[in-house]
Amino acid sequence: MAEESLITEEMQKAVGSVINICITKIERTKIKMFVQATGDTNPLWQDEEYARKTNYCGTTVPAGYLVTMQMEGESPGFYMPYMLSLKGAIDAGGDWEFFKPVRPDDIIVVDRKLVDLYEKKGSLGNMVFNVFETTYRNQRGEIVAKGKWTSIRIYTPEVEDYEGRKID
Amino acid sequence: MPKQLTYEDITVGMEIPPLVKETSPRMSAEWAGASGDYDPIHYDKEYAIKRRFPSAVVNGRLKVAWLIQLMTNWIGDQGVLKKLGCQHRRVDIIGEPVTCKGVAIRKYIENGEHLVDCEIWTENPKGEKTSPGRATVILPER
Repeated sequence: MAEESLITEEMQKAVGSVINICITKIERTKIKMFVQATGDTNPLWQDEEYARKTNYCGTTVPAGYLVTMQMEGESPGFYMPYMLSLKGAIDAGGDWEFFKPVRPDDIIVVDRKLVDLYEKKGSLGNMVFNVFETTYRNQRGEIVAKGKWTSIRIYTPEVEDYEGRKID
Repeated sequence: MPKQLTYEDITVGMEIPPLVKETSPRMSAEWAGASGDYDPIHYDKEYAIKRRFPSAVVNGRLKVAWLIQLMTNWIGDQGVLKKLGCQHRRVDIIGEPVTCKGVAIRKYIENGEHLVDCEIWTENPKGEKTSPGRATVILPER
């Protein structure tokens, strides 16, 4: 395994910058898919009549929807082509904070900033840790949620991609 | 509708009712479709093994969604989830159940909010904590 750092100067330069901005309209059909896939059948998310009688006065979007449905954009490699020599993004987890309820039909703008980049050796090989901060704003510009999470990319020279092409 | 949990109901060390999730290739496919994350490591065992995973593994963000559900089920309609986070320390294998668990570790009042901090985690059938984390909720007073 190469002893030199996998983090190039170009990668290091990206630290501190917003790497992508994603705009998503919250759609009820997507909420339905989320509920079906997670099994989170809380009536607050879909039953308008029920939710109207609660403090929320209407259905709201589950916090899980905001942070798990790729509203911050797709795999970071897509936005950071200089990372593509490193395959296999792995989610290491994160922390999220929720400030305001989000409603169906809201428009949510998420910006993702790369805030840290570091390297470690692990059981899966040399790993590059990307730390991102995400800020979620609604159509009124109010911050509704924030997140900080880590994605790991691994140096795996012998692996083929899904179509059977060698990755090197 | 279950009885609303209140701040007064909380004792430190109190367990959150566990949430058990069965996992299957179908569930994984549904999650890929809903979330748009089609990484085959979550539904194709052979591919996952090539990528050095023991088998197809549960999507980390899906586990986050389940941990959030654990909390929102518990706190009821009048509770508010303020913060939640976890680290994915171990993978969960598709085909094995994932149990979301939690325990209240602190209750306190800050800026007029009645807060409860909890330790939360996902657990595999061996009893290992696969994605440990923490959450803070706001509860109503009785």
